[in-house]
Amino acid sequence: MNEPSIDLDGACVDFPIFDAKTRSLKKSVLGRAGGRIGTESKVPIIEALRDITLSLRKGDRVALVGHNGAGKTTILRLMAGIYEPTRGRAAVRGKVAPIFDLAVGMDPEISGLDNIVIRGLFLGMTRKQMEARIDDIAAFTELGDYLEMPLRTYSTGMRVRLALGVVTSIDPEILLLDEGIGAVDAEFLAKARGRLNELVERSGILVFASHSDEFLADLCDTAIWMEHGTIKEFGPLREVLHHYKGRDVLADRS
Amino acid sequence: MDDSTAGRERPVIADAPGSRSWARAFGDLSAGWKQRALWGHLGWQDIKQRYRRSVLGPLWISISMGVIALGLGILYSLLFQTPIETFLPHVAVGLLIWNFISGCVLEGSEVFIANEGLIKFLPAPLSLHVYRLVWRQSLFFLHNLVIWAVLMIVFPHPLGWSLLLAFPAFALLAINGGWIAILSGILATRFRDIPPIIASVVQLVFYMTPIVWSVDILSDNPAVQERVRLVELNPVFHFLEILRRPLLGQETVWRYWYVVLAITVVGWAVGLVCMRNYRARVAYWV
Repeated sequence: MNEPSIDLDGACVDFPIFDAKTRSLKKSVLGRAGGRIGTESKVPIIEALRDITLSLRKGDRVALVGHNGAGKTTILRLMAGIYEPTRGRAAVRGKVAPIFDLAVGMDPEISGLDNIVIRGLFLGMTRKQMEARIDDIAAFTELGDYLEMPLRTYSTGMRVRLALGVVTSIDPEILLLDEGIGAVDAEFLAKARGRLNELVERSGILVFASHSDEFLADLCDTAIWMEHGTIKEFGPLREVLHHYKGRDVLADRS
Repeated sequence: MDDSTAGRERPVIADAPGSRSWARAFGDLSAGWKQRALWGHLGWQDIKQRYRRSVLGPLWISISMGVIALGLGILYSLLFQTPIETFLPHVAVGLLIWNFISGCVLEGSEVFIANEGLIKFLPAPLSLHVYRLVWRQSLFFLHNLVIWAVLMIVFPHPLGWSLLLAFPAFALLAINGGWIAILSGILATRFRDIPPIIASVVQLVFYMTPIVWSVDILSDNPAVQERVRLVELNPVFHFLEILRRPLLGQETVWRYWYVVLAITVVGWAVGLVCMRNYRARVAYWV
């Protein structure tokens, strides 16, 4: 069995920005016939990530910090294999469980139970494994008979419970968490945190993007500070947070 | 600020195949195939979804298809003045097969665009969406096969062992659905004008293909005899014939099979090249 690992070597992610003009065939067909028209024929590019070199091994618990648009979500997607680097290389070994948007992959018309199974299949589990976990998930979500109802009857908080129940029941080797664990009541969050901690214990590598220092301190020991699509600093969590926030935010915890 | 990677070992990525490699393209196809449980479930879900809360449920697929087939069959058998007991099954079975083909082509061009959310948020092989599409269309086809069964009871045809050819014929249709969805799906994700173009071509091809008309009837007419033979240039015609002939107990014409096999090989070759070169770009384009 291979150890889970994430290796990025000079990885770049460039997004081509197609507007209505460049995206259409007309442009490329006519453009070819008529010759180049100034710079219009070029597709503008956004460099979301630039020259990311990083190596994570089993046992790494990494926090991702940075301002909005710094590239936190993009680097998570790169690690998940959703984006393959436009330049440079990326090699990710191990079963990846990305938890980016709790709503994606959920079908409002089918029951909570069916959604649990589908979600699990998407996260790389087998149907049997999911069926074995259903009771556990049902107990955790405290949704009871509601699990038989179609998902569209659920409140936002109930959906988050369901999604959290599924993701915390699996055994990923690489766990990628993006913030967005919001609309749950406090009591449930305390419970979820316990389960999240267990999940992190089980998983080989954790990368967690969040703005909550407390949450990060709970789950991570190292941190990456992203700025303008590059890694500005990579080191122990407390140090990086200190530099990022300009004060020692975790001082009172240790 | 200190260097981000100081003191960390340089990553070793010697053995990882690049984004544009055959290994990754085939890897995607086989990884998608391994997730049969997922797309199998999703395909069923798609069908159930459409008829949720209706009393007859998926039976509506067969009913609506039956009504159209019956109407068109009667209308065209009157127009061409042909006996209804052979023409109605001809039209109905032609429609069933056409429905499968056009479904694969039309939905194929939208296959990645429609799954944008899944592609951007959950890492899954691209081929997963293609398998799901072809599987869903196959389920539709199986539902519609009820109409064929009813017709065979009402208008008995001399079905022989050649009926067994329907299985490999349908398998070939489904296999071709795969490369069509990959190719048109990737192209349409990059160039958003492709879906409307495909939609209008499909509509035209419907009339160019002997579904509501028949080659045999027109071949008897000396005025158009020559022009009718142009239908051989229509690839859909060959796909239609390999499946329609066994289902209606007509004699097997191997020429159609050879053409379909050739298209399958060429189509998949083109589809695989497209998969190899642009698979990794789809997530950027959707």
